[in-house]
Amino acid sequence: MHHRTLGDRIIDMVNILLLGIIALIMLAPFWYVLSVSFASYKEFLQRDVVWFPREWVFSAYEFLFSSKSFVRSIGVTVLVTAVGTLVNLAFTSTFAYTLARPVIGQRIMLLLVLFTLLFSAGMIPTYLVVKGTGLIDSIWALILPIAINPFNLLVMRQFFTSIPNELYEAAVIDGANDLKVFWRIILPLSKPSLAAFALFYAVMHWNNYFTGILYLNQPEKWPIQVFLRQMVVVGEAQTALSSQILLEHAPPAETIQMAAIIVATVPILVLYPFLQKHFAKGVMLGSVKG
Amino acid sequence: MRLNTLNTPTDSPPAVRKTSTASRLGRLRTRLWKDRYLLLLGLPGIAYFLIYRYIPMAGLYMAFVEYSPFQGIIGSPWVGWKHFARIFEDPEILQVLWNTLFISFLQIVFAFPVPIVLALMLNELRNQIYKRIVQSVIYLPHFLSWVVVIGICTIFLKGNGVINDLLKNVFGLEPIPFLTDPDYFRPLVILQVIWKEAGWGTILFLAALAGVNPQLYEAAAIDGAGKFRRMWHITLPAIRNTIVILLILRLGHVMDAGYEQIFLMLNPFNMEIGNILDTYVFYKGIGQSDYSFATAVGLFKGTVGLVLVLSANYVAKKLGDEGAF
Repeated sequence: MHHRTLGDRIIDMVNILLLGIIALIMLAPFWYVLSVSFASYKEFLQRDVVWFPREWVFSAYEFLFSSKSFVRSIGVTVLVTAVGTLVNLAFTSTFAYTLARPVIGQRIMLLLVLFTLLFSAGMIPTYLVVKGTGLIDSIWALILPIAINPFNLLVMRQFFTSIPNELYEAAVIDGANDLKVFWRIILPLSKPSLAAFALFYAVMHWNNYFTGILYLNQPEKWPIQVFLRQMVVVGEAQTALSSQILLEHAPPAETIQMAAIIVATVPILVLYPFLQKHFAKGVMLGSVKG
Repeated sequence: MRLNTLNTPTDSPPAVRKTSTASRLGRLRTRLWKDRYLLLLGLPGIAYFLIYRYIPMAGLYMAFVEYSPFQGIIGSPWVGWKHFARIFEDPEILQVLWNTLFISFLQIVFAFPVPIVLALMLNELRNQIYKRIVQSVIYLPHFLSWVVVIGICTIFLKGNGVINDLLKNVFGLEPIPFLTDPDYFRPLVILQVIWKEAGWGTILFLAALAGVNPQLYEAAAIDGAGKFRRMWHITLPAIRNTIVILLILRLGHVMDAGYEQIFLMLNPFNMEIGNILDTYVFYKGIGQSDYSFATAVGLFKGTVGLVLVLSANYVAKKLGDEGAF
């Protein structure tokens, strides 16, 4: 390696230090929310800023999980994420396969899909269709209108077209029809790629709040993000958690809010180590070549 | 960005000589029958695009009528361009349009360069373990929902929040109304975007940087080039294309100022400078059931957006790269 001058070394040190500080800034708010959610009532009142609680208590979490409406909204989110991701994968992979084969009308279907990347009808006409199909106040409204992400569809199709044609031909000679080829050959081959898309879609569902606000009027069907918005951003912890908050010995609203943030985030962060690898790959697929 | 979508050979039958309609129909039927399993597999996807993507486009007709729920879209009286004319006469929408463009512009100026700088800094790290740790940490906020990001922001900045407590106890200052004073709206929106997405945005630039031949650096170092000269003459040219393409494509999206985030940040105090086209459509359409007008505003936004994206892509292609489409 070449010789490093003193100036180079100083720049390196400053760089290392700065990146460390940036990383801390990225992490600090989240860490703070985590510590406060575990702080005791007394400590929260006495200390202005709690970076490290002296004792870790679970009262905010206990309180949260004793709230029926909170537990229900977590349930809704888990359900929507599970069912929604399955629907996403089923719809996306089957259509991507159809588009990857020389099917009749392929060109026009591809053009129509591509066009939706550039232009959409917008919120109001879509809202009226969702209403017209009877999905308002049904959790299917959180699933069906976003059943396929056109970009994911095109990337998955790209992946399917990269599978050697000989595989299809051999299977067809052996007497398999397209359904069998898809189920027996293509799907098993694409497991890693399907896993990546599953993670993509699962994060989308877990973090989704706007479709909830748009299509669900009944609070008992709210997914966790809509619930959280009501509780933290709008600041109506009391109404969101119903009458419970009036009970004595309830932890302060702030620690409950922070505990709710943690509960709404931790499932994604648990997935994170798996996500990181796949996401980076997914982003690179079909995007800028250096 | 490239999507190889339209260049797959289709084996549609070659153009044929004059044939009767009957035999053409017959051939179509044979073809449909041959592809029946493929079409069956594609059915859910086709139905999805028809119902939730293309029927709403037909619903855009609503922008040209005076929609009344009792008469239905088709039965409502035709008013032509009236709703579009209102867009340019209504001072409120002109304000909303301005807000949209201004917030978008601020994002391009202040948030767009951050991932580039971060990628350059990360690229200088020699310790691979440290590099990986920093990367993992700065990607993290990307996975938090906007509700969580703005929830945390609210907790920190509200009247009796952490920051104001610090200001009061350490500096003896009065609490600052970060969330309700419109002056803080734009800086907060930009800082949130940077915090949430800057780390994630480094991925593409880091990938571009990874492609640089290390021998170039060695050669430059032997020639006596210092750190900054190497960065200027080797690193930056290596990612210049990526930067230019992404910037142009981002410019194509100036009508999108970050819908979900802004929606969560809006409150009665900052509505005037914070309301953007998308949130306006929501309040007007869903809130006040003024469907026709809200549809017209949405269609206006979508059409301008379409033209901008296509032009941006055209320019990106002209500049020698492949563009997105």
